[in-house]
Amino acid sequence: MAKFFAVTILVIAILSAIPIVRNTWHPVEDISTHGQAIDDQLSETMWEAGISFLASQILLAWLIWRFSSNRAGEKTKSFPGGAMGLVAAAFILVGVEVLALGIFGVKAWANLYFTPPGSDAMPVQVQAGQFAFYFRYPGPDGKFGPIHADKISEASQNFFGLDPDSDPDAKDDIVTAEMAIPVNREIRLLMHAKDVSHSFYVPALRIHQDFVPGLDLQIHFTATKIGRYEIVCSQLCGLGHYNMKAYLDVLSQQDFDDWLRKEAAMQ
Amino acid sequence: MHDMSAHAAAHHGPPTSFIRKHIFSLDHKVIGKQYYGLGLVAVIIGMVLSWLMRIHLGWTNAAIPGLHLLSKTGAPGDVMTPEFYLQLMTMHATFMVFFVLTVAPFAAFGNFFLPIHTGAEDMPFPHFNMMSFWTTFVAFCVMILSFFVGDGPTLGGWTQYAPLSAVGSVAGPGQGAGVVIWATSLAIFCLGQLFGALNFIPNVLDLRCKGMSLWRLPLPTWAWFITSCMGLTSFSVLMPACILLILDHVAGTSFFVASNLVINDQLQPHSGGSTLLWQHLFWFFGHPEVYIAIVPGMGIVSHVLICNMRKPMLSHRVLVYSMGALAVLSYMVYGHHMFVSGMNPFSSLLFSFPTLLITIPSTIIVLIWIGSLYGAKLRINSASLFALGFISMFITGGVSGFFLAQPSIQILLHATYFVVAHFHFTMAIAALFGIFAGTYFWFPKMWGRMMDETLGKVHFWCTFVGTYAIFMPFHYLGLAGNVRRYSSFPADYMQSFVGVHKFITIAALFTGAAQLIFFYNLIHSRFRGKPAPDNPWQATSLEWSIPSPPPHDNFGGRHVVVYHDPYQYGVESSTGDYVMQDSPEQVKTEHEEA
Repeated sequence: MAKFFAVTILVIAILSAIPIVRNTWHPVEDISTHGQAIDDQLSETMWEAGISFLASQILLAWLIWRFSSNRAGEKTKSFPGGAMGLVAAAFILVGVEVLALGIFGVKAWANLYFTPPGSDAMPVQVQAGQFAFYFRYPGPDGKFGPIHADKISEASQNFFGLDPDSDPDAKDDIVTAEMAIPVNREIRLLMHAKDVSHSFYVPALRIHQDFVPGLDLQIHFTATKIGRYEIVCSQLCGLGHYNMKAYLDVLSQQDFDDWLRKEAAMQ
Repeated sequence: MHDMSAHAAAHHGPPTSFIRKHIFSLDHKVIGKQYYGLGLVAVIIGMVLSWLMRIHLGWTNAAIPGLHLLSKTGAPGDVMTPEFYLQLMTMHATFMVFFVLTVAPFAAFGNFFLPIHTGAEDMPFPHFNMMSFWTTFVAFCVMILSFFVGDGPTLGGWTQYAPLSAVGSVAGPGQGAGVVIWATSLAIFCLGQLFGALNFIPNVLDLRCKGMSLWRLPLPTWAWFITSCMGLTSFSVLMPACILLILDHVAGTSFFVASNLVINDQLQPHSGGSTLLWQHLFWFFGHPEVYIAIVPGMGIVSHVLICNMRKPMLSHRVLVYSMGALAVLSYMVYGHHMFVSGMNPFSSLLFSFPTLLITIPSTIIVLIWIGSLYGAKLRINSASLFALGFISMFITGGVSGFFLAQPSIQILLHATYFVVAHFHFTMAIAALFGIFAGTYFWFPKMWGRMMDETLGKVHFWCTFVGTYAIFMPFHYLGLAGNVRRYSSFPADYMQSFVGVHKFITIAALFTGAAQLIFFYNLIHSRFRGKPAPDNPWQATSLEWSIPSPPPHDNFGGRHVVVYHDPYQYGVESSTGDYVMQDSPEQVKTEHEEA
């Protein structure tokens, strides 16, 4: 039975690795300027974790195979080198491995979070609420009108609680249910939630950021490929969480300008 | 001093009535069995809930006969609504994490065996110990109550992120009374665990018998001791957090709710609270809780393996130090649950490094197990199969930790099924394998009868292959961006995942059904099993030097004296290849540590 167990461990380990080696399941294609560093980090970690996984499972299977036979009269033996050799190996091999992953990982993280957006980055505001995202563009004046929480109303479709009668900056604001951005243009995304925690997860953009009620957050990115992508909520926000999504259209500058004009006309 | 205190501090007479013997018992062994029974009931509830969830994930519109009995509004026509899915998911996790994974490996086995391992007659504070169980039982009943009050249990997940959890029923079904009941239950649960820890720690420190130095304690007792220290410091954070959450509901406070929130077009009457405060408090408890679930399993598996390898671990001390390192680091890594939460991104990097470092003690533990297998005379039985299965599961769960320790990779994998795979392999499945290993190993001592080995092995094979079939594909789904906590997958890019979910559902139903073999074996063996000898496994620690099941005061009034390290295997003695810990026989051993 022990030998069968050893073979089972081996077969499971190999079967588990096959979809990874064949790259059957992988993140959607990256369309961001910062995403390559994240993908490289993922791939490097996959190598290191994959080798650790296979090596450990194979070793376990071999030891079970080898030392389960009934050897009457035979004495047990100690591992050559004892515990200290293994402790040293763990410190050196794993220590170096995790140190390398940690240090290289900083770069991928820093690209996104520790570099300020360019001064010409295009501002877009996103508001998360149960169970939809709404987006706001500042219009020709380049300024967002202030949000009045007491005026937020789904019923009257005043999603951002704007008061254009009193706030001149709000007059030309454009509110949309889908997000569109021009390709190869840096976007400064201003994020806030109106009710509970949500998340802005766009796998294609390699962007994943929670909304924190009471806190205004900012993130910046550049999309490099025209197309239609999906934004989904990944932070449990209530009964409609599974269906909280929006489309992200990455358009040419011309198409984006046309889209924005059309949306402005519909306000 | 040791032997006197061991007998004086914990002495209480044998019970004389049915109620004092079996219900309100002061005997640590009865309390351990009560905890085990509670864990069994909770695991059945948790497993049935997971079946219901899995059926819904595979076949969203399928009617599940009888489901409306659980909730009329949640299952009209026996078809699960999305909100009811979330309610069941929350309860699945809550029952499993608290009432199974904390209760069974720590409170159940710990209560039964820790005083025996230390050579004591009982816990130092038997009344507190009894209260520990009954407080936990009340917490369990309160949690069950949430199915029958208002619009059902909370849907906020076992993490109960604020402000969804703090603003009341306006946020969704179960978010009013459901959350208050959930938080009340857990606050009571914390109290029960604190009573437990306050017994475990002084027992190890003060009630050891003569000759029982700390390094002569068996590994499970070290694991329970370390876990108790974690429990003392982490449950004492969850309890006030739960109380503050309840106050946000019932006293108009705003600990976790910020100003100007608008829900259902209603401006909320809260101001000045912090969304992230709950997450910090919760995860300061939550990450040590992962180790509260898994560290006892490490101790139990080591104990079972040593006996079945017929040789001690390569280093007893290194294992103890490594478990201690896991405990200490567990408080420093909690922020890896919050990399993309909106906390300062610099903090994410700070939390990332200890998270990566924690792989070192984890790796040392695995390497010690693997290195110890070298040169063993491995016996294959149900207990050792589950112990070896534990190692395989822990390796698989451990390597996915490399990914999740890195903030940059969590941009892709946070809140996806990859995370579900990771924590199920480590704190859930590996911990369950530890419970199974402990059950098959200690059942003869606890109930005085042997379990059926053939059924045990069939149970192992179905569970081992089944759990890999369930949880390995979760990694692939997570890599492809499948978000967790969805009741169905309407996003375009997730629709191709449904086929995999169907496969997982079938595997889950199969593996769950295989647990019936275990339950049958447990109940059948309890009443019809072969009578167990005192030491059926030729093991060395103190529990095997007393009758099966042990008498009321454990050692029958004997002042036990310990002469050896706990694991004197692979030696030549009058009894064979082992020497009992309390045997004065001197033997030459090559494994004894300095």
